[in-house]
This record gives sequence, structure tokens and C-alpha cells, in this order.
Amino acid sequence: MKRSYFIKKVFQALLTIAAILVFNYFLFRIMPGDPLQSLMRNPKATPEAIEGLKKLYGLNYPWYVQFEIYIKNLFSGNLGMSFLYKQPVYEVIGSRVLPTVLMVGLAEILATIVGIVLGILAAARRGKAVDVASLSFSLITYSMPTFWLGIILVSIFSVSLQLLPTTGLLTAGQSYSSTMSMLVDGIKHLILPTLTMSLVLIGEYTLLMRNTLIDVLTEDYITTAYAKGFNEDYVIKKHAVPNAMLPMITIIAMNTGFVIGGAIQVETIFSWPGIGRLMYDALTARDYPLLQGIFLMITFAVIIANLLADFTYGYLDPRVKQ
Amino acid sequence: MKDMKSKTKRPKLKKFLVSLRNSKMGTMGSVILVFFLLLAIIGPIIYPFNPQVFGTGREILNSPSMHHLLGTDDMGRDVLGNLIAGSRISLLVGIMATLISMIIGTVLGILAGYYNKRIGSLIMQFTDFFLVIPWLPLMLVLAVILGTSIWNIILVIGLTGWAGTARVVRAQTLSVKERPFIERAVAIGSSGRHIMVKHILPNVFPLVFANTILVSAVAILSETTLSFLGLGDPTQPSWGMMLHYAFESGAASIGAYWFFIPPGLAVVLVVLGFTFLGYAFDEILNPKLKGR
Repeated sequence: MKRSYFIKKVFQALLTIAAILVFNYFLFRIMPGDPLQSLMRNPKATPEAIEGLKKLYGLNYPWYVQFEIYIKNLFSGNLGMSFLYKQPVYEVIGSRVLPTVLMVGLAEILATIVGIVLGILAAARRGKAVDVASLSFSLITYSMPTFWLGIILVSIFSVSLQLLPTTGLLTAGQSYSSTMSMLVDGIKHLILPTLTMSLVLIGEYTLLMRNTLIDVLTEDYITTAYAKGFNEDYVIKKHAVPNAMLPMITIIAMNTGFVIGGAIQVETIFSWPGIGRLMYDALTARDYPLLQGIFLMITFAVIIANLLADFTYGYLDPRVKQ
Repeated sequence: MKDMKSKTKRPKLKKFLVSLRNSKMGTMGSVILVFFLLLAIIGPIIYPFNPQVFGTGREILNSPSMHHLLGTDDMGRDVLGNLIAGSRISLLVGIMATLISMIIGTVLGILAGYYNKRIGSLIMQFTDFFLVIPWLPLMLVLAVILGTSIWNIILVIGLTGWAGTARVVRAQTLSVKERPFIERAVAIGSSGRHIMVKHILPNVFPLVFANTILVSAVAILSETTLSFLGLGDPTQPSWGMMLHYAFESGAASIGAYWFFIPPGLAVVLVVLGFTFLGYAFDEILNPKLKGR
């Protein structure tokens, strides 16, 4: 891709990150109440103790100095201390990333594959049963709150059918005779959260693929391909779909922010020990350092995902090449 | 509806309503929304619900009966009454938040489109910033900071949902700006403000309206999610709050389907209604979609 495109996209991403840092800083400083109050929770504290605590957290400096400290801390990986867990925020977040990545990653892969296939089918047989069915499915899952879908699935599969567990990574307090049985238990716990996330995404991706493909099929070069004598399967597979993949990939990557929202809901319902659940816990406990750290991390992830999407687009779209 | 060129300035209202009635999605959406609107306005008057009146211990989570058509919730209250009362709150929040988003989005969009060079790109950077930040974490954080009264919730949803509208309005403004009558208006010395209000706004409005309907759908989903996660106004028995209490009290584990299905279903129906209507509007009003 063109060097100038690459540089421009990176620059924009850095600008956005800088804006996020500033935004994040001020957001949590305008919260009501004295930060010292939530730190200490002891109304009998002496003035000296308060002063000492102020110095410890650097709260006696003017706001721009605090901002400098904040930035310096950020670059050395210091995100503060969590109120709730009494551990460095960095560690708390670190221990919870993997479950989220596992579930969301699986869900995305599943949803992308099924969504693309269904979307192609729907577009190719537009107006027929497949199309109407997948459209209805997409619309309905799109209109559902993600967490509600999760609750429904739990009540069907866990309560009524007693097939799958309701919460957690593994069954609490269970000892396993072999790694295999532990793996099986883990997979049983993974199914419902991943399914919930996937269903919502499948709805969206099917709709997207179908609409993009329909747009592509109205282009002139498709008519040319047909005129050349190629049959429908070939034209769709070799000409239409590759062109439709371009906006698909971009939008899937840009969707990361939305996926995070879904993950927060799903992890809350299923007590899945990931970042989403962590944010919910931090929220309930009003653990501001933890909230700030999670918010920062999530936003970074989304910006990087968008950047990667831009790069992929720049690489795949010949119109952007040199 | 075949030739739009003869109606550049204002699509005729009657033609529009006719094409709306012809569209299957349009009629379905309208029917659903009118139903819920009536429910929200008249419902609580005919079938009142007082969230402060709790039932006795024996009345908790009762399955549907003649006395309570949809059973009782975790505090012995009538689920049907709550459902009807909730329609008012959920719709109110959705509509008001959308109004805020629409106003911000339209103003910024028109400004960005009309003053295309520096101001425009500045506004678009700001808009893109809001588009990048993931919606739920941003709303959660804002709700924690601002507090969870019903007006704060409306504000939070409104302040986070305008970016899409701004983008769409800006694109439309850019295209409207190229039309000859704008050039004429500038030539005779009309001020920017006059042009934007009297000429651009009316031509941008139909698209804005279609977009607004879709934004409403998201707004209602947002309120439901926020309330479910515990950041709603506890004094307002919205559908989201019902689902919140349903989850907290373990209704799903007990199999108290009457408590957690109706509010969710209601949300799905209303959102579907808005989505259908929005798609229908979009198809009718969006010049780019014609002839597909």
C-alpha cells in the first residue's frame, strides 16, 4: 500500500490515542466526591494522615503536574491500584484477558464463517426461502438485547434441559481425574457464552454480507462476466465474493467496539471471568482506578483493531496500492 | 416514485405516506409502534401500577393466574402492570435520548458539511473520536460518573449516540451544497446561517428522519442494557429494570419465565418496529438506494 496511506492512518490512530488519554484523565477527575474519601473511608482520620495520603497519591500537586505523572506512569505500565482487589490494576486486568479473548475470538470466527456463508446464500437466492429466513433471523437477533438472548439460552439449555452449566470457566470445586475431563468440562462451560455472542454476530454479518454482495452483483463487471458465458456459481465465487469481502473485513474489524459491549453483557450473565465481567464488577464497586484502566485498555484494543483493518484494506484494495 | 428530479426541494407528504403504506415493512413497523405508543400513553391509566406496593411472601414469583395474568415478580408485584408502566418509561427515554442525539448530530453534520475545510475536518475528527470509542464502556463510565437518575440516563445515551447521524448528515450536506440554488443564494449574499437553515436543513431533513428512527432503536436497547447492568434509575420500573431484577433474583434458574420473557419480548418488538420503519423510510427517502 502507499507509504503515505500507511503513515496517515498511523498518525490518525496516535492522535486518537492521545485524545483518549486526555479524555480518560479528565473523565475520572470530574467525578463527584473527594477522591480521598473513597480512598480512606474513615471519617476519624487525622489531618496528618490525610496529608500523608495526599502526598502518597500525588493529589497535592496542581492538575497539570498530576497529568504529567499520569502520563509517565502510563508509559511505565503503572495504572494505579485497584480499590477492590488491592492489587496493581495492570495485574488484575492481565489475569482476565485470556478468557475474554478465548470466548470472543471463538465467537467471531464462528460468526464470520457462518455469516459469510449464509450471506452468500441469501444474496444468491434473493427473495427465496433462504433469504427470507436469514433476514428474519438477522433482524430478530439484531433487535434482541444480547444479555436477554443469554438468559433465554440459559433457561433452555441449563434449566430445562439440564445439558450445560450456567456459570464460570470450570465447575467450582471440581477435581479432575485427567486433563481430558478438565478440558471437556471447560468446553461445556464455553459453549453457551460463545453461542450467545455468535448468534448476535451471525445476524449482523449475514445481513452485511448479503447486502454487500447484492450491491456488488449490480456492478457492470458482473454483467460482463455473465456475458462472457460464465455460469452463476463461478461468477459469484470468483468475481463477486472477493469484492464483497473488502468492506466485510473492514466492518468486522471496526465492529470490535460493539463486540466488547456484547462481551460485557455475556460475561456478566455467565460469570465468565473476563475483562467484561471485570468492568461490571469495577462498576458496581465504583473502583475508579480499575475502571479507568479497563476503559483505556478496551479503547486501545479497538483503535488498534481499526488500524489493522485499515492496513488490511490498504493491502487488499488495489485502488489504494502504489 | 420513479422520477425524483421533479421534486428536488420537498418530497410531497401524501406521496410519501402512500409509498409507506405500500411497503410491507413500513406498515408492520407503524402498526407495532402505534400499538406501543398507545400502550404507553393510555395503558398506565387504564391498568395502573404502583412499584412501591409489594406483595406478601407468598406472592413472590407466582406463575400466571387469573389474578395476575403474567404472574408476579420477585417482590410480589404484578408483572403485567409493570410491563405496561415500563412501556412509558422505555419509550420516553428512547425518544428523548434520540432527540438529543439527533439535534447534536444534525447541527454538527450540517456545520461540518457546509464549512468543509478546517472547521469541517475538526468536527469530523471529533465525530470519529466518538465513533471509535466502544459504546457500552463509554456509557457505563459516564453513567457511573454522572449518576443514575432517569435524566442522566437520557443524557448519557443522547451524548453517545450522535456520531452516526453527524456522519450521514455531513455527507448529505456536501451533496446538497453542490446544487445550483445554493450557489445562487451565496451569490445574492445570503449569510451562511440563512443558507444552512433555510436551504440545507429542509433538504437534509428526510434523511435525518430516517436515520433518527434507527437511532431510536439503539437508544431503547441502550436504556435496557444500562438498566440491566444496574445503572438504571431504580425508581423507574422500565423494562430494563424488570430484566435487572429478574436476573438478580435468579428467575431464569427457577424457571420463572413470565418474569424475564415479557419485558425482553417487548423490547424486541419495539426495536423491530423502529427498525422496520427505519428501513422503509430509508428505502423511500434515500436517493442512493433507488432502483435496487
